[in-house]
Amino acid sequence: MIRTDILIIGAGPVGLFTVFEAGLLKLRCHLIDALPQPGGQCSEIYPKKPIYDIPGYPEVLAGELIDKLMEQAAPFKPGFTLGESARTIEEDGEGGYIVTTDRGTVHQAPVVAIAGGLGVFTPRKPPISELIDFEEKGVDYIIRDPEKYRDKKVVISGGGDSALDWTYFLANGVAEHVTMIHRSQSFRAHPDSVQKVMDMSQEGKLDLLLDSEVVGLSGNGRLRQLEIKHRSGEQSSLDTEYWMPLFGLTPKLGPIADWGLEIEKNAIKVDTLDYSTNRPGIYAIGDVNTYEGKLKLILCGFHEGTLMVQSAFKRIYPDKKNVLKYTTVQGVQGFD
Amino acid sequence: MEESVHITIIDREGVPHEVDAPLGIGMNMMELSRSMELPVEGTCGGMAMCASCQMYIESEHDLLERNDDEQAMLDEAWHVQDNSRLGCQIPISEQLEGLVVRIAPE
Ligand SMILES: Cc1cc2nc3c(=O)[nH]c(=O)nc-3n(C[C@H](O)[C@H](O)[C@H](O)COP(=O)(O)OP(=O)(O)OC[C@H]3O[C@@H](n4cnc5c(N)ncnc54)[C@H](O)[C@@H]3O)c2cc1C
Ligand code: FES
Repeated sequence: MIRTDILIIGAGPVGLFTVFEAGLLKLRCHLIDALPQPGGQCSEIYPKKPIYDIPGYPEVLAGELIDKLMEQAAPFKPGFTLGESARTIEEDGEGGYIVTTDRGTVHQAPVVAIAGGLGVFTPRKPPISELIDFEEKGVDYIIRDPEKYRDKKVVISGGGDSALDWTYFLANGVAEHVTMIHRSQSFRAHPDSVQKVMDMSQEGKLDLLLDSEVVGLSGNGRLRQLEIKHRSGEQSSLDTEYWMPLFGLTPKLGPIADWGLEIEKNAIKVDTLDYSTNRPGIYAIGDVNTYEGKLKLILCGFHEGTLMVQSAFKRIYPDKKNVLKYTTVQGVQGFD
Repeated sequence: MEESVHITIIDREGVPHEVDAPLGIGMNMMELSRSMELPVEGTCGGMAMCASCQMYIESEHDLLERNDDEQAMLDEAWHVQDNSRLGCQIPISEQLEGLVVRIAPE
């Protein structure tokens, strides 16, 4: 079991900055995130876009801001559980909580700070009715271990970077055969990646089916065949062992919605005194919370995290006095 | 000059919502729908990267053509029809007077 002082759900910019503010009060943090990398929306949606409203940075790329936040939090040695989403929360009998992820990792802390943003990033699934019958039985939305596809027949759909990158990777001596299927002729990806896949298709190392889309699946317990519709109106079928529809991720509030917290318009209601929720010891900061006048901005989330850790300190150490210290006075005293 | 244009947005239940959309403040159709609390998510904040603002143009308006980003996103989205557009790529302008749009399924 992983134990910490403040368990932060969501490693977006707000969760990361909270590690720093908590560290100044000598509180340790551990973060859980469903994504394999920290950074939340900044890393997942717009890493290469400049942001202009971070104090002191007239301009900074979202991805760079996350690198800097990681650097700033580093002296306080945060722990990370990445690629797993927090699923259940239970009281631990000592005034704190036990949070378990979808992969069974258990965490315990006296204070839980939900910094879940717009929610867990989940795959966008194509609207094909049989899809659900073949999930984990040939249909994968996320490629966790490419070795799974060694010497197998695979089909990848999608027109973005991840579809192209995996096509290139798996066709390079991993899978027995790769087919890439895309609805049109143009891609929403880095021109380099597009070129690489085009070249491989020319060399006969993979099959590229453009102006086509998968419209049906069949098999006997496991995926065996895809039904493909071509722009011409014709349909055809293709034998395969795996189909990876890689159409990007979209955030969904997810399990947090069932945690007995007061929810309004897909966000958690908080008290603006300290960003506490209706469950003692559980706070909500950043895009995931709502209150009168709420603005979903990184800056506002930073402020919320800062006030929240003061309240968390009082909850964890009811008898200790905490005096606000400026970092200019003592510098940053990290953990050994 | 008029300060607003009259637009009809039909929600997913088929209910039409009439709105006077303000001109000159740089709003787009995704933002307009969200400001009316219609269920348009706009997850990517208007960067043509999520298609959660897809709408069908139901009136005879001749809008600006789809740009490359919009086209590429629609190539990956679901329920796409010939009259599909991304709401975030349609700026509110005088040309939209009388526009009727329907919000695409999720
Ligand atoms: C295109 C775009 C442009 C933007 N531009 C700006 C800008 O210029 N300035 C600005 O201030 N803001 C901007 N924003 C908004 C800004 O990105 C958000 O305010 C900010 O990311 C919120 O940070 P957060 O840490 O609260 O949440 P997020 O960044 O959403 O991170 C939340 C994290 O929590 C994880 N999570 C959620 N639920 C769970 C769970 N149950 N288990 C595990 N993990 C979970 C998610 O996977 C995610 O990684 C922009 C947003 C977008 C989409
Ligand atoms: S808001 Fe994401 S595509 Fe329009």
